[in-house]
Amino acid sequence: MNQLTYLKDVVTLKLDEKKCTGCGMCLEVCPHGVLKMNTGHVEIRNRDACMECGACSRNCPFEAVSVQTGVGCAAAVINAMLGKTDAACCCTASPECSPPAANEKGCCG
Amino acid sequence: MNQTDQPSCQKEETIVFPTYSGSTCCSSGIGEAQPDRPRLDQDFVIGSVSTPAGSVPRVSSQLEWRDHWGTVKARWGVGRMDYAVDPGLYALGNPDRESPVLVSANYKMSFDELRSALPGRDLWILALDTKGINVWCAAGKGTFGTEELVQRIESSGLNQVVSHRSLILPQLGAPGVAAHTVKKRSGFGVRFGPINARDLPAYMDAGFKATSEMRLKTFALRERAVLIPVELVETIKPSLIIAPVLFLLGGIGGPAGFWANALNDGSFAVLAFLSAIVGGAVIHPLLLPHLPGRAFSAKGLWLGAAVALAVLFLQGSDWSTWAARFGALAWLLIIPAVTAYLAMNFTGCSTYTSLSGVKREMQWALPLEIGMGVSGFAIWIASRAIA
Repeated sequence: MNQLTYLKDVVTLKLDEKKCTGCGMCLEVCPHGVLKMNTGHVEIRNRDACMECGACSRNCPFEAVSVQTGVGCAAAVINAMLGKTDAACCCTASPECSPPAANEKGCCG
Repeated sequence: MNQTDQPSCQKEETIVFPTYSGSTCCSSGIGEAQPDRPRLDQDFVIGSVSTPAGSVPRVSSQLEWRDHWGTVKARWGVGRMDYAVDPGLYALGNPDRESPVLVSANYKMSFDELRSALPGRDLWILALDTKGINVWCAAGKGTFGTEELVQRIESSGLNQVVSHRSLILPQLGAPGVAAHTVKKRSGFGVRFGPINARDLPAYMDAGFKATSEMRLKTFALRERAVLIPVELVETIKPSLIIAPVLFLLGGIGGPAGFWANALNDGSFAVLAFLSAIVGGAVIHPLLLPHLPGRAFSAKGLWLGAAVALAVLFLQGSDWSTWAARFGALAWLLIIPAVTAYLAMNFTGCSTYTSLSGVKREMQWALPLEIGMGVSGFAIWIASRAIA
């Protein structure tokens, strides 16, 4: 189980190669090795491994990477559907809660 | 610093930290405008280091029994909501003006994992106010974020304490912290260190270079296993309602008197239900990579079907009556439904599921789980009626 992969073809990650300067910051912060460097700019190597944590887009000084960030957490989605924005989320306690998004309501505290 | 294993994403938005209220003003009155410093009387503080910005609490890389006990409790969900250290600057060992500064969350388990990974090192630890939540969760939420970091650098008087202008952040803090913005606003450069605190010594010794393995978030057996206690604790409340109901409903119909039926069929119903919980909250996390399918609900359905067959086999019911056949069918629907639902909720604990993916999964899984559960329950009631 080197790398667990979730569903295929759902991720919202986008890369604007024209804006990318190849600084490599996104490669450094990505926890799933989604991106790779290709002569002078970055490209997406393994889109399905992306968990939409938003580390790359937050740390791109040139706004070349974008992704709709959010918590990959069913409990949080259910709570949001029920209108409980402040209630239990992912990681009902766990550490590993997938990173919840800053703008995503109802998760992780 | 690291956050790989800290249970903690909190469930409640309103967390009160009574102990904090005084911490901003607790400067012992020495000198002029005192920087915002953590209290010296926290039970893991072993002394203090005097700096141009005042005295800074000193901590050890050696964890005490109290720290270990706190971790155990937090893993079981006890006191998890306020398992925190005061935010601010701490000294590990005997740091000086040149010593590295590591940034962490003020979740006690994150803080402990960081310091215990660095025996024999002298450095500064800057704990951000993440409301007692681990780095990764807090970064996603934004409390482990650019704004808090910039302000904490300011309020801790860090620029008087160290002569360099460099910080090491855990890589999993990156969803919340924009390194280039921190640099622009505070003058401090941000390096993202390894994901796991235990890799920090190697990272620092290599001249602040992380290997590619250090940068990949895994979800290995041990990382999944530590989540089980809290998964189980979460099921206690609903189980306390559902189990007695199943027990009593088991008394209705059936061949014998009410209580005899309840003890026989009701008890079986309770056991079948609990087996579904064990499937979803214990076996599913353990077997995650080995279960078929990508969607967690799919994994849960397969697993639940296996659990249901095992339970029915152990029950050893005879299939001669329609009541027994319907009863078996009911549990073949209910158990996978419960297991799949719990498995689906484990997405929040996993380290690799995206929100887009979870929404996609839920589109089919949630109606299916509810449908199977409700129809299974109805069939079970019907089987009681004809028994």
